[in-house]
Amino acid sequence: MTGPLEPPPRALDPAHGRHLLLQMLRVRRLEEKCVELYSAAKIRGFLHVYIGEEAVAAGVLESLEPEDAILATYREHGHALLRGVPAGAILAEMYGHVEGCCRGRGGSMHLFDAATRFYGGNAIVAGGLPLAVGMALADKMSGRSRATVCFFGEGAVAEGEFHESLNLAALWQLPVLFCCENNLYAMGTALGRSESQTDMALKAASYEIAAWAVDGMDVLAVEDAARRAVEAVRAGGGPHFLELRTYRFRAHSMFDPERYRDKAEVAQWLERDPITLLRATMEAAGQLSAQEWDQLQAEADAEVSAAVEFAEAGTLEPVEDLTRFVYSERSAP
Amino acid sequence: MKSSYREALRAGIRDAMIRDERVFLMGEDVGAYGGSFAVSLGLLEEFGPERIRDTPLSESGFVGAGIGAALGGMRPIVEIMTVNFSLLALDQIVNNAASLLHMSGGQFNVPIVIRMTTGAGRQLGAQHSHSLEGWFAHIPGLRILAPATLADARGMVWPALQDPDPVLIFEHGSLYNVTGELDDDAGPVDIDTAAVRRPGADITLITYGGTLPAVLDAAGQLAAEGIDAEVLDLRTLRPLDEASILASVRRTHRAVVVDEGWRSGSISAEISARITENAFYDLDAPVGRVCSAEVPIPYSKHMELAALPSVDRIITASRQAVSAGG
Repeated sequence: MTGPLEPPPRALDPAHGRHLLLQMLRVRRLEEKCVELYSAAKIRGFLHVYIGEEAVAAGVLESLEPEDAILATYREHGHALLRGVPAGAILAEMYGHVEGCCRGRGGSMHLFDAATRFYGGNAIVAGGLPLAVGMALADKMSGRSRATVCFFGEGAVAEGEFHESLNLAALWQLPVLFCCENNLYAMGTALGRSESQTDMALKAASYEIAAWAVDGMDVLAVEDAARRAVEAVRAGGGPHFLELRTYRFRAHSMFDPERYRDKAEVAQWLERDPITLLRATMEAAGQLSAQEWDQLQAEADAEVSAAVEFAEAGTLEPVEDLTRFVYSERSAP
Repeated sequence: MKSSYREALRAGIRDAMIRDERVFLMGEDVGAYGGSFAVSLGLLEEFGPERIRDTPLSESGFVGAGIGAALGGMRPIVEIMTVNFSLLALDQIVNNAASLLHMSGGQFNVPIVIRMTTGAGRQLGAQHSHSLEGWFAHIPGLRILAPATLADARGMVWPALQDPDPVLIFEHGSLYNVTGELDDDAGPVDIDTAAVRRPGADITLITYGGTLPAVLDAAGQLAAEGIDAEVLDLRTLRPLDEASILASVRRTHRAVVVDEGWRSGSISAEISARITENAFYDLDAPVGRVCSAEVPIPYSKHMELAALPSVDRIITASRQAVSAGG
């Protein structure tokens, strides 16, 4: 089973459409603010923003339940936010403040949150895939019907851990959903320059894994595919794989002069901005008034403003705590 | 009862499997084959393929899966065939297992146990014979165990599983066939402290794992020369039981560290440094070291032996320390 899915039924519930728009806007506004704060030297280290790819996280996370687990990459602010990690805790983390979701120890690339089962935030490309396999193994051995969802870029497909993880997951029929965020570039290396087989879904299917390619700029298509995949995973249908075809509008990080791609190519993809696309669809169907659109924007803006305020008011972890949590301070449950 | 080191390990694993349903063993050929070194022989028949789980040759994949399973509430014992192969899983061990707790601000601990064979002496050549446990002992977040006796082989697995953080157990390949008496009621042991295997007054010989038998042999021969050597078995390489090391050296005023790892940047270097940092004025002679020659371990028997710490070299180093200084 591979290749494109049939398009979802387009009878969109307007309230749900507005919800998805808001989710994508929340990520967009948070990321825009991150860039601004980075330029103002409030955030340091490496910063990778998700602008352009919002439909992927918004669509996939929409299909999950609280008991499911998520693993993501170093471009994970949006996933954390949409999973329910408060924007303030995310920004405070990037400020290096103890009020951050990891006490300021992780930073932009290492957001974790036990309460929402958000397992990072992994800055080693493909490093999260084996973990996802193991978490799914634990669920299967414990007889729990829940899904582990693992996000990674198409760059991870060239790593050995991709091969090892997909093989294990298929061999043991584990409840894991692999979400390949194919934004066409591994930093500056175009897909065709790093993979002999550029069809990610086809590659995954060769492991006997149900794999579908999805338009990652169409949040409705992403949500539909993710719902079907997660349902199958939870029902014991073994691992599933989504190739989510998307594009990174901004540079790889704040240190990327973008020598490797044409401005024309970027401009072409900007026309497929996932927020603009859904907004246009809904407006054409009379499902979104100008006032409603303004409200959504205002809501996203307000959340980000409050988050900045929270992060600004944050404090530094006492230096005496430096060596805490190298080892556990409690017995394992 | 009579037991081999291998059987003692198996008894420890079996005991843990019975005590806690969350415990399972996974690795290459742990099941149908009976274990590459036959440690898990018979466990598949007793516990079934879910809990004695054969894996493909995917060290990074199954070590990472073990870490994930630990995060998911299980208590995995992952077997890696040899420490040389563990290098394929270094990313998972260092970047995930050892780092997640601190990096997540204390949210995610990783209760995994990873066992592997280490060491030379069996003419297996460079890619199956190295002693890299000292490397792993460099990494904050890990606990490193090196059982050298039957009681420790039997008793370290369960407390390692009780540890909420990742524990690596290094089993020296030359020990598997060692047999001896094991108490009928042998059970869990402490995994925090070093043990004096032979008390002595003139010099402290510090070692661990596969070189303990040679060190005890050397101490016996030194006694015949009138040199009363204390033998300290480190047992745990991280965190080091510095107090026991210093207490012994302060009694004997002399020390030789015996380590099958290479000397440069090694655990023996760390121990020597800690002694000079903390007990310099108690020393009557420089700290000596007996380590492996700095070469990839060769195949031919005479060359392999020439590369490894030997009883003779331990005796020579001990004599030098005793005759030196005050």
